[in-house]
Amino acid sequence: MTGALGLAYWAETSIKLGVALIVIPTAALMLGYLFLLKMMAFMQSRLGPQDVGPYGTLQLIADAVKFLQKEDIHPAAADRRVFRAAPVVVLASSFLLFVVLPTGPDAVVENLDTGIFYAMAVSSLSVLGVLMAGWASANKYALLGGLRAAGQLIAYELPLILAVMGVVIQADSLNLQEIVRAQAEGEIFGFGLIGNPFILTQFIGFLIFMISAQAELTQTPFDMPVAETELVGGFHVEYTGFRFLLFFMAEVATAFAFSALATVMFLGGWWIPGFDFDAPVLNVLGPVVMLVKILVVAFIIFWIRFTYPRLREDQLQKFAWKVLIPLSLANIVVTGIFKVVL
Amino acid sequence: MVAQNIAFGIIAAITVAAALGMVTTRNIVHAALFLVAVLGGLAANYVLLTAEFIATTQVLVYIGAVMVLFLFGIMLTRAPIGRIPQMTGATWPVAALSALALGGITVYALIDRFGTDSLATDNTVFRTADVSDSVFSQYIIPFEAVSVLLLAALIGAVVLARRD
Repeated sequence: MTGALGLAYWAETSIKLGVALIVIPTAALMLGYLFLLKMMAFMQSRLGPQDVGPYGTLQLIADAVKFLQKEDIHPAAADRRVFRAAPVVVLASSFLLFVVLPTGPDAVVENLDTGIFYAMAVSSLSVLGVLMAGWASANKYALLGGLRAAGQLIAYELPLILAVMGVVIQADSLNLQEIVRAQAEGEIFGFGLIGNPFILTQFIGFLIFMISAQAELTQTPFDMPVAETELVGGFHVEYTGFRFLLFFMAEVATAFAFSALATVMFLGGWWIPGFDFDAPVLNVLGPVVMLVKILVVAFIIFWIRFTYPRLREDQLQKFAWKVLIPLSLANIVVTGIFKVVL
Repeated sequence: MVAQNIAFGIIAAITVAAALGMVTTRNIVHAALFLVAVLGGLAANYVLLTAEFIATTQVLVYIGAVMVLFLFGIMLTRAPIGRIPQMTGATWPVAALSALALGGITVYALIDRFGTDSLATDNTVFRTADVSDSVFSQYIIPFEAVSVLLLAALIGAVVLARRD
C-alpha cells in the first residue's frame, strides 16, 4: 500500500506521527502563551510574563523545565497505579483527537471514514481519566471535582454530538475531508466564490457546539470541576510536577483540537477560495489557513473564559438538559426538513 | 495477514488478562477499570475486523458513556481505596458455570452459522454508508423494535424519577 507521498504505508505513517508529535506540544505552548498568559494579563491590566525571552515568549518552556525538576509526590493514602495512569488517559484522549484533523488535501494523519464520530468518541475518554484522578487521590475535594466533571461532561456531550449531526446531515458524510469538500463546493444562492461555510446555515449548531465545547474543556463559566475557590483545584489538587504538566498540556491541546474541529465543520476548514479542492499547494497553505482560523476560534473560547463568572451547578445542568438539548434536536429536525425539501 | 494475526494475539491476550483481573480483583473501582480495558480490547478487535464504525460506537457508547456512568454511580455512593472485605468472590463457582454456559452457546452459534468462512483479504474497510444502508433497509424492523424498546425504557425512567 502506498500513500500520497509515494512511500510505503509504514514510512508515511511514521512521518505523519512524527509531525503530529511536534505539532501537538507546539500548539499547546502557543495557545498557552498567547491566551493563558498574555491575553489574560492584558484583560486584567497586567503585563504578564516579561523576562524569559522576548516579550516573555519562552516563559512556558521555563515552566515546563521547572515542572520536570519537581519531586514526584503521591499522597500516602492514594491508589498509586490508578493515580499514575489518570493523567496519561486524559492526555491520550486529546492526542487521539489530532489523528483525524485535516489540514490539507493529503495533510492528515489518517483520513478515517468515521472522522467526526471518531473525534467525539475519543474526546469522551478524558472523563474516564478525570474520574480516575479524582478517586485515586484519596482527597474529598479531588473526588468532588471528579464527580462534578463527570456529571458536567455527560450532560454536555449530548448537545455537542447533536450539534455535529446538523453538519453531518448537510454534508452527507461523517468524514472530515468530505465535510470540508461540501463547504468548498457549496454555493450561497448560486454564488460559489467563497463556498458555503456551514456557520451560515448551521449558526445555531455552531453556537451549541461552542458552548458545549466550553463545558467539555471545563473552562469558565463551566469550570466547577476545578473551581479553586470551592474545591482548591478539583480533580488535580493532589498532582504536582510532570503529572500536573500532563493535565495542563491535555487541557490546552484539547482546546486547540476542539477549535480545529469547529474550524473544519463550520468555517470551511483548510480550503482557500479560488483554489481547486485537490490542489497540491494547499498541503502547504492549508495548515497556515487552519492555524489562523483555529486561533480566532480559540480566542473566542478564552475570551469567554476570562470574561464570565462561574455558573452554579444546578444552573449548569438545567441549561444543558432544558435549553441546549431541545434546541439541538430542533436544529436537527429543521436541517433534515431542508435537506429533504431542497 | 501476518501483521493482523500478531496484533490479534496481543490484543486478545490483553483483553483476557483484563477480564481475569476484573473478576478476581478485590476493589470495585479496579473491577470497573479492568472492564474498560476489556471493552477497549474488543473495540481494537473490531478495527482488525475492518468494522471501523462498530469500533467507534463501542468506544463512544460503552467506554465513554456506560462505564463513565458506572464509575460515577460507584464513586457517588461508596468506593473505598484498597481491598473491600465484602468482595470475597464467594459465589465464583456459579459465576464460572454461567459464564461457561454463555460462552459455549455463543461459540456453538458462531461456528454453526459461519463455520470456516473467512474475511476478504484485500483490506477493504466497511464504509459507514454501507452500514447505515443495511440498517435502514434490510434490518429496518429490528432497528425500529430496538428504538421502541429504548423509548419504553426512557419513559419508564421518567416515571420512576418523577416526584408528585
